[in-house]
Amino acid sequence: MAEITQKKGFLGQLMQLPNDDPKKTIFIAIVLCLVCSVLVSTAAVSLKSRQVVNQKNDIRQNILAVTDQFEPGMDMEAAFEKFEVRLVDLATGQYAETDLDPATYDQRKASGSPDLGVRLDNQQDVAGIGSRAKYAPVYILRDGDQIQQLVIPIHGYGLWSTMYGFLSLGSDFNTIQGLRFYEHAETPGLGGEIENPRWLAKWEGKKIYDENGNVEFRVARGYVDNNSPQAEYKVDGLSGATLTSKGVSNMISFWLGEDGFGPYLKSMRSEQGIN
Amino acid sequence: MASQAKNNVIDPIIDNNPITLQVLGICSALAVTTNMTAALIMCIALTSVTAFSGAIISSIRHHIPSSIRIIVQMTVIASLVIIVDQILKAYAYEASKQLSVFVGLIITNCIVLGRAEAYAMKNSPGMSFLDGLGNGLGYSVVLLVVAFFRELFGAGKLFGHTIIPVANEGGWYVPNGLMLLPPSAFFIIGLMIWAIRSWKPQQVEAPDYQIHQVHRTEVL
Repeated sequence: MAEITQKKGFLGQLMQLPNDDPKKTIFIAIVLCLVCSVLVSTAAVSLKSRQVVNQKNDIRQNILAVTDQFEPGMDMEAAFEKFEVRLVDLATGQYAETDLDPATYDQRKASGSPDLGVRLDNQQDVAGIGSRAKYAPVYILRDGDQIQQLVIPIHGYGLWSTMYGFLSLGSDFNTIQGLRFYEHAETPGLGGEIENPRWLAKWEGKKIYDENGNVEFRVARGYVDNNSPQAEYKVDGLSGATLTSKGVSNMISFWLGEDGFGPYLKSMRSEQGIN
Repeated sequence: MASQAKNNVIDPIIDNNPITLQVLGICSALAVTTNMTAALIMCIALTSVTAFSGAIISSIRHHIPSSIRIIVQMTVIASLVIIVDQILKAYAYEASKQLSVFVGLIITNCIVLGRAEAYAMKNSPGMSFLDGLGNGLGYSVVLLVVAFFRELFGAGKLFGHTIIPVANEGGWYVPNGLMLLPPSAFFIIGLMIWAIRSWKPQQVEAPDYQIHQVHRTEVL
């Protein structure tokens, strides 16, 4: 037995040690960690390209869906080319003058970073998001020279989670054309109904701003009486999901208000000669 | 040997079910059973992790130092879970979005670690693989039954297809909102345990203590 051990060399000797020998323990731990990390990183690296495509397509699909352009099985890459993607400096309301590429800009990452994010104080932070990115992408769908629809990314806190979505506005930058949520973790069947197409369809045609340019739109509690004068600024609340509905309402007030896209939309409206 | 292999796969499905008999892995049974699709993918993910972690841990069991064995098991399990998660993100993106953190939480699922520690550390890789497979299937059966009732009565659907037209879509069925909330999974699992133990009374545990009957003649 002794001769065999010697012939096996250093590695063999190590493996022959009793399992509880400290040398062998450390050796096993290191080898195991190396093997596992190689496996994990191989999987992560080799699948990365597919995952990125999936994520991108998911965003595209939502932007296409919110503007009513999406058909199952379509070539998303080609369909998405109709959109012009620009970065907006939210504070000034103008298109941002930066070297950042709008196509690869990550708003979520930017909102947490020290130089691209802006912290919000309690008064500003109605959507419960803590900080927002300095720049936000907008997706513009044109019909000839005229802007037909404008899609803006919005997010805010609901009951359990931050809800991420896209809001599409019509050419007057005041009428809602569509809304889609693509990421949230609200209670399925209750708050999760924010994904319900029948509820989202009720948003279409609603107005955001009143005559003075203030955000008037909100999610009502319960049903909206369609004969009331305020009906065009309100959409039905979700039953059993008061806090989620409130979160959606706050998210709209934030992103269309002064600290969100308010300045940008204002300048777009005056550019188009609409009040 | 062949019957042993068969037992390893069949036994945990009803007779030694990890959820209904051992009452392990309840947490994810609550979280991912609101619809059948999510539950099915979770079942596949967990079954493959349990089976492969069993085989891998068993094949290196003679060299695992007992002082760090739990960490070794966790490292193997965690690596497998990350790989599964990556594969889901690449090939089943919609599903992985729905399952979100729960795939990652397989790492802490008691069934996986329980089988590694209780079976794979003492048996051959092949048998451990089958044992993991069986326990994964046992878990799957419970998850799918729970998801069946929750999705059907909570949303009137199965695998996302409408089975019972619900009232707010013009049908007749008013869905039971409780079914979509986590406590309903407890009720269903509880009822399942009751049903299985009435069918197989040998699963009923002996009471921990006997309530002492006081007779009238006894002096207190």
